[in-house]
Amino acid sequence: MELIFALVIGTLTATGVYLLLRARTFPVVVGLTLLSYGVNLFLFSTGRLATGQQPVLGSAETYSDPLPQALVLTAIVIGFAMTAFVVVLSLRNLADNEDDHVDGRQPQPTEPSKREREAGSK
Amino acid sequence: MNHWLTAPILIPLLGGILQAFMGYAPIQLRRTLAITTTVLILGASLVLFSMALDGDYRMYAFGNWQPPFGIVLVLDRLAAFMVVMTSVLALFAHIFSLGGSDEGNRQFHTLFLFQLMGLNIAFLTGDLFNLFVAFEVLLIASYGLLMHGGGTIRTVPGLHYVVLNLIGSAVFLISVGMIYSVTGTLNMADLAVRVQQVTGENLQLVKAGGMMLLVVFALKAAILPLCFWLPRAYAKATAPVAALFAVMTKVGVYAILRVYLLVFGDQAGPLANLGMDWLFPLALVTMAMGFIGALGADNLRSLVAWQVIISVGTLLAPIALGSPAGLSAALFYMLSTTWTVAGLFLVASLVAGQRGTAGDRIVTAPPMRNRTFLSVLFMVGAVAAAGLPPLSGFVGKILILQSVPAGVEMAWLWGVLLMGSFLSLVAYSRAGSIVFWRTVDGHLESPPRLTGPTSIAAGALIALTLAIVAMAGPINKYTDATAAQLLDHTRYLEILETPVVGEEN
Repeated sequence: MELIFALVIGTLTATGVYLLLRARTFPVVVGLTLLSYGVNLFLFSTGRLATGQQPVLGSAETYSDPLPQALVLTAIVIGFAMTAFVVVLSLRNLADNEDDHVDGRQPQPTEPSKREREAGSK
Repeated sequence: MNHWLTAPILIPLLGGILQAFMGYAPIQLRRTLAITTTVLILGASLVLFSMALDGDYRMYAFGNWQPPFGIVLVLDRLAAFMVVMTSVLALFAHIFSLGGSDEGNRQFHTLFLFQLMGLNIAFLTGDLFNLFVAFEVLLIASYGLLMHGGGTIRTVPGLHYVVLNLIGSAVFLISVGMIYSVTGTLNMADLAVRVQQVTGENLQLVKAGGMMLLVVFALKAAILPLCFWLPRAYAKATAPVAALFAVMTKVGVYAILRVYLLVFGDQAGPLANLGMDWLFPLALVTMAMGFIGALGADNLRSLVAWQVIISVGTLLAPIALGSPAGLSAALFYMLSTTWTVAGLFLVASLVAGQRGTAGDRIVTAPPMRNRTFLSVLFMVGAVAAAGLPPLSGFVGKILILQSVPAGVEMAWLWGVLLMGSFLSLVAYSRAGSIVFWRTVDGHLESPPRLTGPTSIAAGALIALTLAIVAMAGPINKYTDATAAQLLDHTRYLEILETPVVGEEN
């Protein structure tokens, strides 16, 4: 279970980071969402993974830690609100600039430098 | 248990909720209530300040849960200092907003008060996860405030700001999780005890968590590799919002002070002074970057925004060295620079309003109205920010320079700070002489008059620098005591033994 859990967290985080580095707002928003899923699962696992245990000390040999679950709940609620906000902001960016590039416009194609021109002519 | 500790949080919460339901009430009523709330916050923070003067720790346990099991609020000298600094600044920024910049969005006052609530939770909390929640509260209010004022110019800087801070929140959660998984606690006092006992492979986990936490705080404080979002966002924000944001980077500095001195302080064994050897060079480079940015700024507001970055670097260099004198000097400088920078943001906005289409760009323009008043304000602010005698920036910088013991660090800090102060002097005099002295023929088509609230607020914030100089002795005594209290961990740990309220009373 630990291996699967770790792989899932790793995949979610890596995908999220990759998408965050894209230049369009839509992948960035999806990347943020995936990243927050990864983070939530990670937080959940900080209380150690156990199934079918009670969150009460002393009643059984092992217990499941209730605190990370409370933390995850808080993080989910906050992350949900933030995602909603960033979606609205991206839509506004699209409406204001008629472009969903994260800088509001496409980067201007730079003039090829002298060396590149020479290399091209050869 | 001291119930006063909840006052700076509950007052803006209730005031903000009231505002949220009053979006369609007459603006005069909303303004009166909002200003009353801010005045009440200032009153409550002064009460906390007077309590903190005796150097004792005061604690409030939510739900009467014995720490470390519940969330606690902790008041000490540092927390009281930050709360008072913020509420004074907030009051003037709020008064400034009455001049008309609170129009256009019915929820401006709501967001402003919620932002204050988030700031006060961050300063008073004694729990790492609660600090995260406080950051989120103040951030989501700041997202709204940053977009306040309409227009398309704020969309892109706002988007960058939001996305960066969301990534920061994710990193914060990961580091909190890593630290919790080893120590099993999030209460800062308990963490300080548990971190000393960490051994073996767990040490690396806590170390990694601590370093990631530093990255998050560095993002909030805008230290060099993570500071490029700041100038554009701050320069585009509405004036009172930019003024209030002058304290936002200081939240990051405060968090570094609180967490790293308490949890990873001298007593933390193998983890002692974690990350501080990274922080010092980064602070110097941040400072240098700020000076270069200030020289290259093409309008007043980005000039002041770069000043924010300069002051963060100046603050963190002595904090990274960690001597009592250095901490005290940093706190003194923080008070001075926060109020001055906020005042300069307000002045820059007033100047922009008087120059027609030239705005606050550093170009020659037709003569502006009210030039004498505004230029005096700008000059006083610039002198205080650049650190020339006799104003408070000078005193702060002298204290910082004096606090460094002779050695390599001293050479670097003196070199960068003095060289940079000269460069920022050049930047301010260039901006001031072009904006105020060099004019071209022509006249402005009826620029708006300066209104009472805006001139009073800007003037008062700038004048505070004179007040700091007049009060320099007592303030320095207080910051000395704060530094001593910060470095003495044993007293903070007594919070864990504080009895909660029993059933019988």
